[in-house]
Amino acid sequence: MIARLVRFFGDPEPARLRIRLSCLLLGVVVLADLVVNREHAAFAWDHWPGWSALYGFISCVVLIFASKWLGRWARLVRREDYYD
Amino acid sequence: MTDGLHPALFYLVGALLIPLLRGRARQVCQIVVPLLAIACVLALDPGSYGLVTFAGRELVMVQVDRLSLVFGVVFTLMSLIGMVYALHVHRPGEHIAAFLYVGSALIVVFAGDFFTLFVGWEVMAFASAYLIFAQGGRAALGAGYRYLLVHVTGGVCLLAGIVLYTIASGTALFGPLPADGSLAYYLILCGFLLNAAVPPLNAWLTDAYPEATVTGAVFLCAFTTKTAVYVLIRAYPAAEILVVLGVIMALYGVVYAVLENDCRRLLGYHIVSQVGYMVAGVGIGTELALNGATAHAFAHILYKALLFMGAGAVIYMTGRRKLTELGGLYRTMPLTLTLYMIGAFAISAFPFFSGFVSKSMVIAAAAGDNRALATLLLTMASSGTFLHTGLKLPYYMFFGKDCGLRPAEPPRNMLLGMGLAAFFCIAIGVYPDMLYRMLPFPVDFVPYTGAHVTGSLGILLFTGLGFFLFLRHLDPKDTVSLDTDWFYRKGARAFLWFAERPVARYEGVVSELANTVALRSLRLGARAGLWFDINVVDAVVNGVANMTLRGGALLRRLQTGVLSHYATAMVAGLFVSLLLYALFTEGGR
Repeated sequence: MIARLVRFFGDPEPARLRIRLSCLLLGVVVLADLVVNREHAAFAWDHWPGWSALYGFISCVVLIFASKWLGRWARLVRREDYYD
Repeated sequence: MTDGLHPALFYLVGALLIPLLRGRARQVCQIVVPLLAIACVLALDPGSYGLVTFAGRELVMVQVDRLSLVFGVVFTLMSLIGMVYALHVHRPGEHIAAFLYVGSALIVVFAGDFFTLFVGWEVMAFASAYLIFAQGGRAALGAGYRYLLVHVTGGVCLLAGIVLYTIASGTALFGPLPADGSLAYYLILCGFLLNAAVPPLNAWLTDAYPEATVTGAVFLCAFTTKTAVYVLIRAYPAAEILVVLGVIMALYGVVYAVLENDCRRLLGYHIVSQVGYMVAGVGIGTELALNGATAHAFAHILYKALLFMGAGAVIYMTGRRKLTELGGLYRTMPLTLTLYMIGAFAISAFPFFSGFVSKSMVIAAAAGDNRALATLLLTMASSGTFLHTGLKLPYYMFFGKDCGLRPAEPPRNMLLGMGLAAFFCIAIGVYPDMLYRMLPFPVDFVPYTGAHVTGSLGILLFTGLGFFLFLRHLDPKDTVSLDTDWFYRKGARAFLWFAERPVARYEGVVSELANTVALRSLRLGARAGLWFDINVVDAVVNGVANMTLRGGALLRRLQTGVLSHYATAMVAGLFVSLLLYALFTEGGR
């Protein structure tokens, strides 16, 4: 069963189904976020429905590109044999 | 607890037994020792044991309270999991080192005074270094020596702080340090922060862990940084600087993970990132925050070991460690992938996995303390955690471009070790009370609220969306990333260059000068001296001697011994004298 589950994520054939399911999951999470109880929120943005989805996406993009930029700008990325 | 039965003793005895045993008997020893230690820790009663006086100071070898107990439980449990994973390894050295490493970590955790703590601290450094050396090869030896040098330096810093503190305060007991800004306060803090891998003192970790043996790295990732978190909780609660350092750490690790190609180095950067949450929790210092730091350390040990075991299994079966050389392994290693993903979901804090119930305590503590920026940045870091350990690493290792390898699943004991860790990752996530009951302070925190679940899923799933949209930007490359180890790796080369070039050249010039100018002029001088000696000094000496000799001979000839000659001479003398007198008196008139 585990092998079959793993193949579902790896094999190219069910790609379309994977994308559909993923979109469905994203939609369900955003919809659920609209209806949950937010009494205990600490900050203003915690009251905004969908904030976490937006912040998660922004975080991901910022981390990818800021890290790449930092790697180039500060010349952190070097050839593999740099220390040899 | 019966006085004198320290849980570390089991490991020390185990370390002595391992080389004497072979085959099945050794494997039994590897499993029985951690089991006995777990039982011993669970049977411990709070209190102080092993009181001795040393150098006029009272020492407490064993101090048992709720905080040391929870770390004791997870350390012994982890040693069992690590030993199951390492059952197939025949070389006894690694097992001995692992036992000494766990035993010394327990000495630190149960130490009631600074001196006992320091002894455990140092044994840990040496025992753990062996797990890197055991890999063999130039890279591992270099990394091992750097690891050891950094830790010995940190140890000296810690010892200096301990000595100053003991002299100033008059006590060696280990407890919260007064924030008096004294040198001792900062020296001890530096020693602790180094082991917690807080930037810029972090590079020893990401330099050395990927070079360790497959099974050694599983032990390494669990103990050193977490004992450091433990001592920080005890000695530096609510130290404001730790909040800043912790948040920086959490982001530092995920930024470097974007650039990383080596699978275990990527996971190493995530240790830095995750320990950041714990350090920040210690800095916030509220009961919820300290509980959070402790709970997160507990959960982290198990899921990080699981991740290292998964990556280690791939390295063990393929002999490859770079993401650029892996891919497509899902076809033949589905179990390894599934177990790895349980660890990845746990570290990413998915609901019903252990990270969800522990990490959220720290973030909730930051929010409860009205630290908006820290809350936002820590949340951003958790997005980065899923991005790398949950998406990038498994994608490029198990899916992505097919590397053509078709390795089998790893040996059964490795899968069993991973299975044990995976079990606890899920169990803690599903029954958080199991963990919460052990925490140092009473827990009044409910992780499973609707807003928290949808909030976490929103962060994580939309991170996933970002990953697949910008996938090609994350393609790993054959590169290394410079970290703060650059300073001592290049610094050591600069030092060697300085020793080989300016200093050695200066020495060469001085020798050359001595050989040519100084020696030659000395020789010339010596020759001139010799000439002077022969021709002048000797000539004078010889001349005087000759003169004396000749004078003597002359005198001898004069002294004939004939009385008439002497009488003639006397008369002649008298005559000359009279003549001279007459002449002068005549002239005077």
